[in-house]
Amino acid sequence: MATLTAPTSAASSSVQIRKRPGGPFRWIRSRIIPIIGVGVLFYMFLPIFVVVVMSFNDPAGRYNYTWNHFSTQAWTNFCGVAGMCDALVLSLFIGVVATAGAVVLGTLVAFAIGRYRFRGRASGNLLVFMPMATPEVVMGSSLLTLFVTLSFATGVTTILIAHIMFCLSFVVVTVKARIASLDPRLEQAAMDLYADEKTTFWRVTFPQVLPGIVGASLLAFSLSFDDFIVTNFNSGSSVTFPMFVWGSAQRGTPPQINVVGSLMFFISLTIVIIGQVLQRRRAKQA
Amino acid sequence: MSSASTASIGIGEEFEEVQRGRRNRNRKKGGGGSTEATAVGSSRWTPYALLTPGFLWLAIFFVVPTITLIFTSLYVGSLDQGYSFTFPGEWATYSNAISEYWPQFLRSFVFAGLATVFCLLLAYPLAYFIAFRSGRWKAAMLVLVIAPFFTSFLIRTLAWKTILADDSPVVRAMSFLHITDVLSAIGLTEGQRVLNTPLAVVLGLTYNFLPFMVLPLYASLDRMDPRLVEAAQDLYSSPWTAFRKVTWKLSMPGVVAGTLLTFIPAAGDYINAELLGTTKIRMIGNVIQDQFFVITDYPTASALSVMLMLVILVMVTIYVRRAGTEELV
Repeated sequence: MATLTAPTSAASSSVQIRKRPGGPFRWIRSRIIPIIGVGVLFYMFLPIFVVVVMSFNDPAGRYNYTWNHFSTQAWTNFCGVAGMCDALVLSLFIGVVATAGAVVLGTLVAFAIGRYRFRGRASGNLLVFMPMATPEVVMGSSLLTLFVTLSFATGVTTILIAHIMFCLSFVVVTVKARIASLDPRLEQAAMDLYADEKTTFWRVTFPQVLPGIVGASLLAFSLSFDDFIVTNFNSGSSVTFPMFVWGSAQRGTPPQINVVGSLMFFISLTIVIIGQVLQRRRAKQA
Repeated sequence: MSSASTASIGIGEEFEEVQRGRRNRNRKKGGGGSTEATAVGSSRWTPYALLTPGFLWLAIFFVVPTITLIFTSLYVGSLDQGYSFTFPGEWATYSNAISEYWPQFLRSFVFAGLATVFCLLLAYPLAYFIAFRSGRWKAAMLVLVIAPFFTSFLIRTLAWKTILADDSPVVRAMSFLHITDVLSAIGLTEGQRVLNTPLAVVLGLTYNFLPFMVLPLYASLDRMDPRLVEAAQDLYSSPWTAFRKVTWKLSMPGVVAGTLLTFIPAAGDYINAELLGTTKIRMIGNVIQDQFFVITDYPTASALSVMLMLVILVMVTIYVRRAGTEELV
């Protein structure tokens, strides 16, 4: 690997050129990292491309794995598969409620850990960190043993409990990172200008943390909406969208699930692009 | 940077912070001046009040379940007759579980290990490229890295069934180039097939957890000062040596975080093994799921979960210690 320096300035790249020995492989050697990088991105995108293409397929059998004919049937007859739209609605409901719960609880914890020094802070960090370092199978099965021990029937309530639990840590980490990046001088300035604590918090601190909370909400929602393993252990007879997809992998996959996959992709992409544009605009104003 | 990528990078940093905390604790007790801003008008009890609701939730639904899991693994009985707990519990469940399911355990760790290595090999050049070469495309490329998260995990995994199907262009190309011959010789594939082989499962795992490797690597490379590499080269080190002694060393926190974020979920995953493999190459997650829902042998299922957790904890601790000391040398 010949190209390990980063040509950030003209001076550094001229030094690099002087030192690098010439040769037939020079072109490929100087471009090996971009080539691999783009190749890896291609690997990451290939399945998404397949998901979108296969949503326009009219499968020959029950399984939508091989290309047969072009058809827009799955898009026009979106809810034509028994149970899919119900599962989708349930997942959206669980996603919204779990996000709300996790964001409220997680933001409070993030403020405590991010803004205060107190006894037990390190253990607190560890408690937040542990669920992220536990395999989902273990988390799901241990929660199931709790509900079995308490003879608590599994269903939508237990799914919500589980989702709030595992989303919480991710919210804490995201919001805490935002709090850590705040400039304390802004608060000091507000206090110097005779703002009381309450005003300073709501007019200065909170608006700055808000983008972190919005980001955490999006993350929590997507984690909850997409969760299969933990949900599978604690769902009882409720069917969320990922569980519907899992079931259909056994019974036959309708192209409609690819429509949902494609829609999820385009909606998330739009949200992220809007977020980026907003962030850039704000950065320009500042 | 987008919210989700910040979050994933944050997870990497969380790993680092926990590591750092552990190291500091080993070094000295107490002390440690902080430069962080302390909150305005903080009462002694404020942080505890803020923590309580969230921590109660974690305690009741994360810590307590871990305890009930351990207890359940020591139960005797069956679902129909009811379980009972007798002190000191039924340890035979553990030895039986190990003797019956050690191949699935071993396979889980081998598959997860392979997927982690593949992820590292693929993610390092990409993260390097984004950190140092992408220029004004940096934000766009980070969005591309998290794009797989935008659609459902299961639907993406099912797409690999199409990509790796027997007559798909990818498999035909591999067959034409005799790659399948080599791979089946080392036991990763069977004949000219890729789907339903160990390779398919490992490829699925690699694909699904790749962003978890790219983002922490990117975070640690992005923080690095590129002039350090120039300095190494000015001191007559070869590009390879400069990479090994400067870039690689400085990216170690990212490597540690990324490998853990890939290995831990991959070892417990059963979606890829179920959808892209066969019943002959099941992982421990599949066994645990079946023990709970098909066989309904809760004690065995819980024992397997406890062992998975313990093995991962031990491996992670050893790994973090070793990686930590290497970093200090």
